[in-house]
Amino acid sequence: MRLLVNGKAHELEAAPDELLLWVLRDKIGLTGTKFGCGEGECGACTVLVNGRPVRSCQVPAAAAAGKPITTIEGLERNGRLHPVQAAFLRHEAFQCAYCASGMIMSAAGLLARNPKPSERQIRAAMNGNLCRCGTYSRILKAVRAAALASRKRA
Amino acid sequence: MPDAAEPETAELRENREQQVERLAHRFAFERRTFFRLLGNGVLVGLAAGGAPAQESGRRRFFERHPLPRAISAWLHIAPTGRVTVYTGKVEVGQNIRTSLAQQVAEELHVEMGSIRMIMGDTLLTPFDMGTFGSRTTPTMGPRLRRVAASARDILTGLAARRWKTPRAGLVAENGKIRNPRTGASLSYGELTEGRKIARTIEDDPALTPAAEWRIAGHAAPKVHGRRFVTGEHRYTPDLALPGMLTGKVVRPSAFHARLVECDASRAHAMPGVRVVRDGDFVGVAAPDMATAARAAAAVRARWQAPRQISSRELYAWLRRTARHEEGRFAHTSGTPPAADAPGLKRLQASYEIAYIAHAPLEPRAALAEWKGQRLTVWTGTQRPFGVQQELAAAFHLPLEHVHVIMPDTGGAYGGKHTGEAAVEAARLARAAGRPVKLIWTREEEFTWAYFRPAGVIDIAAAVDAQGHIAAWEYDNYNSGPAAIGSPYRSRYSRIEFHPCDPPLRQGSYRSLAACANHFARESHMHDLAVLAGQDPLEFRLKNIPDPRLRAALRRAAARFGWAARRRLPGRRGFGLAGGFEKGGYVATCAEVEISGRELRVTRVVEAFDCGAVVNPNGLRNQIEGAIVMGLGGALREDIEFDNGRILNPRFSQYKVPRFADLPEIEVALIDRKNERSFGAGETPIVGIAPAIANAICDATGRRLRSLPMLRLGRLPA
Repeated sequence: MRLLVNGKAHELEAAPDELLLWVLRDKIGLTGTKFGCGEGECGACTVLVNGRPVRSCQVPAAAAAGKPITTIEGLERNGRLHPVQAAFLRHEAFQCAYCASGMIMSAAGLLARNPKPSERQIRAAMNGNLCRCGTYSRILKAVRAAALASRKRA
Repeated sequence: MPDAAEPETAELRENREQQVERLAHRFAFERRTFFRLLGNGVLVGLAAGGAPAQESGRRRFFERHPLPRAISAWLHIAPTGRVTVYTGKVEVGQNIRTSLAQQVAEELHVEMGSIRMIMGDTLLTPFDMGTFGSRTTPTMGPRLRRVAASARDILTGLAARRWKTPRAGLVAENGKIRNPRTGASLSYGELTEGRKIARTIEDDPALTPAAEWRIAGHAAPKVHGRRFVTGEHRYTPDLALPGMLTGKVVRPSAFHARLVECDASRAHAMPGVRVVRDGDFVGVAAPDMATAARAAAAVRARWQAPRQISSRELYAWLRRTARHEEGRFAHTSGTPPAADAPGLKRLQASYEIAYIAHAPLEPRAALAEWKGQRLTVWTGTQRPFGVQQELAAAFHLPLEHVHVIMPDTGGAYGGKHTGEAAVEAARLARAAGRPVKLIWTREEEFTWAYFRPAGVIDIAAAVDAQGHIAAWEYDNYNSGPAAIGSPYRSRYSRIEFHPCDPPLRQGSYRSLAACANHFARESHMHDLAVLAGQDPLEFRLKNIPDPRLRAALRRAAARFGWAARRRLPGRRGFGLAGGFEKGGYVATCAEVEISGRELRVTRVVEAFDCGAVVNPNGLRNQIEGAIVMGLGGALREDIEFDNGRILNPRFSQYKVPRFADLPEIEVALIDRKNERSFGAGETPIVGIAPAIANAICDATGRRLRSLPMLRLGRLPA
């Protein structure tokens, strides 16, 4: 099958039950996307497929074949962090940071389709992502700041 | 039993027969190899416990001698000026990689950026018991500061000799020694002159007082922060080795189950799959995750497990199996008031604390590689040296043949003291003859890790007419003795911890039993205040002798607006809780809103005092995080079990806090420059549950004495 990941095509073999998460991590070597629960409840494995946040532990790789896939490794542009990454870094919106990839992808997906999210919309879009270290306040601050920065840049 | 996995048993037998006797004294040899590899420069070591090296009371070079084994930290300055610090402590999100580097930078007078921290590597770093008990800040921090200050002193001496000038007056700044009289300056790297200078610290160097700190004591961003927002950082599950296989364990049907029968022929027939059966252990190694899962599912295993109790019987079981241990966990002072003592109001109640799980987002994982009889394992653990011992014992290896490396890990919270995944990965790798990586599933993490102990706490207390505590009788069953001592003055007190037969595997959890003991004590104190007709804050200030705890309570109350609070009967309430543990003073205020059986925690203010603050940025993050984590145990988290099985081993069933649960949080730091710095990973979690319980009681008059307080997400009917 052919997977289009971060603008690059990968030809690979995968069984029908192989999940996008493990194909990305083990066959393409993009380990920024994390395994957290395997039931789509924690959001650590979030990637963008067709620009929309998807739990890669719930999707067979075959279902994403041919569609543009963005992982955390694909957000930087010419060494410049994506506004969401930059905001997470500036607000230090993490502790152990194992959730950070998924959080950032969920937030990037939100801002891509809704550049001016309300507080309620931010919380709703992020509610499927867990941070066991409990850095939610900082994550909300970072997402708000990223929305503002994206609008200023646009 | 004709079974495809049979040969593996023989392999392990062979392994046992070939076991090598432990040669503990060779440790020093291994360390010397390391120092040979280290290259030139200045190396400074500190004896364990901070005492001068026992081998000698005098400063000495130790190239000619075996390296002292009892070294607790090393610092190396390369001719390039690069500073490398070696400590056995580990980073699990509590941010000590940053706060320890700050303290080294402070005393060595270098920039943060020139420091590299090597942590939790059993070959490279000195022995360390583990990263727990909030001990890094009060113990490792000062040790590294002493090492750094001594290194600066050595460099000053080198400069003085080089310039043939008295050392007094020479200044260390920005990685250089400068002579203000001549204007000459030499960088630390230049001063090493490509030589190898190794010393242990002889005496206590003067440390910079916190009030004069320029790097420590100020907000510092997380070291390597960028790597975490780009996905570049490699946690254990992200590591790979050539030829590596994926491991998976076939789990027993229940706790304490024995393997009765095992047919692994179907799994064995799968291409590239290796099956291991050894005693009650069954596992597979396969080329990829999907095949490993298929192979494990194809193993037909029959288990036999003893009958075990369920969570419904938990508290009665704990009481039934409780032991009284005279002396060790019992403390009495004063004499009990007479039963008919006039003016006393009495309050007796029992509190319950459910089993809960740590549920770190990074589950247990390990990558194991054998080279002959030598084993290397990468794994996320709070005790790399403990895991090294576990592996050495499991595979009958000498300690120095086991190398454990701990990549910065995705959460631990007291839950990663053990090396289960390391042993499993190593067992599979041994059989497969290839490196094996094993990542626990969420269900495994919720089932086969250990839990925070459940407990029952009985309190019988009395207040007199003036609102002083006249009696305090306290029995804790199974939760644990941490913070069991009361910070309140009482004319009579009897405090006792009763160990029980725990129905689940239990172990440490952030703050240990301090959560349970503060929940019970601070709930009871609120009710005693009400009984005495006093404001809960005034009652505490009157009965708590420790001025720092009183100050924390005042600070939280002031920030919260305690005096101006307006309760709405049945709908809005306010609660307060405070305490002391592991060098930290905490006070927490909570506001709740109630609508029918729906509860919302709307606002939390917490004041925290852990002495001189090392990194206010990291400290705030820890405190906010502890409040959120504590919210879970207070309201929803509850491990349900029956007959040796966990009934809710998923995030869809075991509810941890989410964005939707987040209250407005304010943190007030009390920075005491003249007090010793203590850790903050644990104590900030202890106030939230009782503060919420007290707020619910304030709003509704109803006292919830069982954690978690909600049932199916709602207040109990």
